[in-house]
Amino acid sequence: MARIIAGVSSSHVPAIGAAIDNHQTEEPYWKRVFSGFEKSKEWMAKAKPDVVILVYNDHASAFSVEMVPTFALGCAAEFPPADEGWGPRPVPVVKGHPQLAAHIAQSVILDEFDITVVNKMEVDHGLTVPMNLLFGSPKEWPCPVIPLAVNVVLYPPPTGHRCFMLGRAIRKAVESYPEDLRVVMFGTGGMSHQISGPRAGLINSRFDKAFLDNLTKDPKKLTRIPHLEYMREAGAEGIEMVMWLVMRGALDDKVDEVYRFYTVPASNTAVGHIILEPKRGAAKKPAAKRTAARKPAASRHKRAAARTKIQRVRG
Amino acid sequence: MARQQNDYDDIPGTFVFDQDRSRQGYGINMFCMSLMKDENRKAFKADEAEYLKKFKLTPEQTQAVLKRDYNRLLELGGNIYFTAKLGATDGHSFRHLAALMTGSSQDQYADMMLAGGRSVEGNRSRSGKESGKDTAGKPRKAAKSKAKAPKKSRSGRG
Repeated sequence: MARIIAGVSSSHVPAIGAAIDNHQTEEPYWKRVFSGFEKSKEWMAKAKPDVVILVYNDHASAFSVEMVPTFALGCAAEFPPADEGWGPRPVPVVKGHPQLAAHIAQSVILDEFDITVVNKMEVDHGLTVPMNLLFGSPKEWPCPVIPLAVNVVLYPPPTGHRCFMLGRAIRKAVESYPEDLRVVMFGTGGMSHQISGPRAGLINSRFDKAFLDNLTKDPKKLTRIPHLEYMREAGAEGIEMVMWLVMRGALDDKVDEVYRFYTVPASNTAVGHIILEPKRGAAKKPAAKRTAARKPAASRHKRAAARTKIQRVRG
Repeated sequence: MARQQNDYDDIPGTFVFDQDRSRQGYGINMFCMSLMKDENRKAFKADEAEYLKKFKLTPEQTQAVLKRDYNRLLELGGNIYFTAKLGATDGHSFRHLAALMTGSSQDQYADMMLAGGRSVEGNRSRSGKESGKDTAGKPRKAAKSKAKAPKKSRSGRG
């Protein structure tokens, strides 16, 4: 039986991808961001998933306004990186898992989630940036990826509740797949940001931190956040956070928060990241550790660094 | 026909890309999509007004493209992920466009972001009705100890 061994959420800011592609990761501004994912890469190297299901949104790359599927499941054997106007990112072609994807499609549609099946699709920074953050920049991605593209561009996106329930249905599908596969579920996008209109640049760290707290402790509460509140409190594009709830819905009600990272800004955006694992009641865990963020050299970046929190809750 | 009013129209400085704007801005967004191809970028750059005739834009929309009035483009149905392709054709990043849309210089905008971004305080509502409730909310325990005074909202574009 396949099973979901963990959930990972992360922002997918395009400028993070550009910083990787342009070899700027050691610059103080970017080091502050990338240092928060060092532990995550170690965690991922140990977790060694057989498959990743990655929830993200397309940014006018694979889907224009000609067709706007609310939920589109990538069932192809491979997904090339899209040209987003600067040439395709120099990252490996994403290999899919067509058998598991087909199984998920069949299962969730009969569970009344009328998803769109996609057999040809390019993937943009929404998918490739989180892959880099968690797997680094290898020649080939270490495991197949099933992309699940969610419309959060054309209003209204699916509700948070709907996303959460889709996560539940995906879990059921995964657990009814006969092969023993260890699956990690990614929810990506966010956190607070607005990149459009005169209010661009909006960041709401208080909202973000509460969202992270409740993602672990009380996700049902998050499923009741109306779209208006996401847009008002976390910025017009902050509504992407509904995608994190697909990931959360695929996990147990009670989870262990393994790792968390938050920093402002990366370009226009608050970067948030969390790793959740199923709760292991009996298993003893080492005591909580805290790791301080590395201090960037340039003084201009110090205040931003001061807001950067790396929190290793359990490891 | 006047645009139907929606609850989110109360958010200041924000043009939500909804179904109505999508209908209205189809030409803008498809024009922007065409800029994904290098040959089209070259044709556009060679004669912008002529190139735009291939798309069913209103005179207002055409003017907004020619003037690179990014806020007006959003108001007339463009979406930022599409209009960003127009920006990319001019060699500009998302952050560059964001600075333009806020009326800031590039340096001012970059400094604002480094200092933690634009605060939501005073930027929630045009009408001032919204009192800044947050159901993403305080974590349950913290809510008791960290009760804050009700926030006063003001309208404004920040």
